[in-house]
Amino acid sequence: MINVQSLRKSYGKHEILKGIDTEISKGEVVVVIGPSGSGKSTFLRCLNRMEEPTSGEIRFENQLITGRQRDLNQIRQRMGMVFQQFNLFPHMTVLQNVTLAPRKLKKLGKEKADAEALALLSSVGLADKRDAYPARLSGGQKQRIAIARALAMKPSVMLFDEPTSALDPEMVGEVLDVMKKLAAQGMTMVIVTHEMGFAREVGDRVLFMDEGRIIEEGTPERMFEHPREERTKLFLSKVLK
Amino acid sequence: MDLDFGFLSEYWTYFLKGAWLTLQLSFFGVLFGTILGIGIALLRISKIGILRFLASVYIEVIRGTPMLVQIVIIYYGLTNFGINLPPFTSGVIALTINSAAYMAEVFRAGINAIDKGQTEAARSLGMSHGMALRHIVLPQAFRNMLPAIGNEFIVIIKDSSLVSFIGIADLMYNTQTVYSTTYRTFEALLVAAAVYFVMTFTLSKLLGLLERKLSAS
Repeated sequence: MINVQSLRKSYGKHEILKGIDTEISKGEVVVVIGPSGSGKSTFLRCLNRMEEPTSGEIRFENQLITGRQRDLNQIRQRMGMVFQQFNLFPHMTVLQNVTLAPRKLKKLGKEKADAEALALLSSVGLADKRDAYPARLSGGQKQRIAIARALAMKPSVMLFDEPTSALDPEMVGEVLDVMKKLAAQGMTMVIVTHEMGFAREVGDRVLFMDEGRIIEEGTPERMFEHPREERTKLFLSKVLK
Repeated sequence: MDLDFGFLSEYWTYFLKGAWLTLQLSFFGVLFGTILGIGIALLRISKIGILRFLASVYIEVIRGTPMLVQIVIIYYGLTNFGINLPPFTSGVIALTINSAAYMAEVFRAGINAIDKGQTEAARSLGMSHGMALRHIVLPQAFRNMLPAIGNEFIVIIKDSSLVSFIGIADLMYNTQTVYSTTYRTFEALLVAAAVYFVMTFTLSKLLGLLERKLSAS
């Protein structure tokens, strides 16, 4: 589904990604872990070109999406993204947040867009908030709406950029539950997170990144029980206490 | 000193008609100034260096020269190039280019104040840069900018008095007509000041109302 080759990203002289190669298959849930500053968010944001890669190639559904003259807007419609800071549109109701993109980009009629949005809102347990403005919602609710908003475009992959890092601890669970449900439905997901328990439970594969490289990857069992690389061991010993 | 407002019974329509013209001038000045101002603000934050440069030159030149000079250049100066604009049109153009420069800075600040995450979220859904601006950034920026826009409107109402210089029969011009006929200079100017104040004060109250209504939603 997504194929990444020799992906590099620099800001000026500072190289954040030093050559990433990986392949993400359809239906796979890939969890990216690593210390802060390891480049994992930058890697994720390169996948839908929220960050412009300095070099390297990314293919999405067998289509090259790096380089000039690619129709990014079309490609992004098929790649949902969820942000650490939710980024809901504060001047719109929950329902408007979810229906905006399908209505404007897919030219869906209001009734159909509303019906689809309500189904999504029900699936994240927030149908009753349809007319609320984001300012009235808790962090956990906001992030569940943000997930529904991304899903409304019917993407074939969902990218999560530390979706629970800005949440109060008691709200982390409700967001992870929604993500678990999504994984169980077979959604292809790439998740940057610090939630090791979640990585272990839901991930099909764990990527450990440090200093702009993938140091080690494998199934969660293998990665958490028998890490091979010293840096992986060191990192896991710090986060799994 | 004794004030005599007796002339009003005969000349009140001068003030009314003048005020109406002042309102028309200001309305079109702010309307076109806002549209042009958005355009210049977008150039000012564009990725293309030369556009940014041209926009800031425009802003600096217009803000750095007196409006009276701008008005006279547009009305008299352009005749050197064979362009003869009627006074009202010249007045609207001068107010437009002037308020556009100030509005552009208001808009730029307003747009920059919107969190980058808003644009990112819109773009991640597949919206173009223009759509993200129109549906996400500008509506939010506009709400934040409303006080500054209202302020600009008030400034334009007051500054529009300068167009009397090129013979537009606005409130100031008509006031001059009244006192040069009646010799009640001080009283006529007091009336003019009062009418200007009523216009700006009403506008500022209306904008306050609109702001409250917007922030309620």
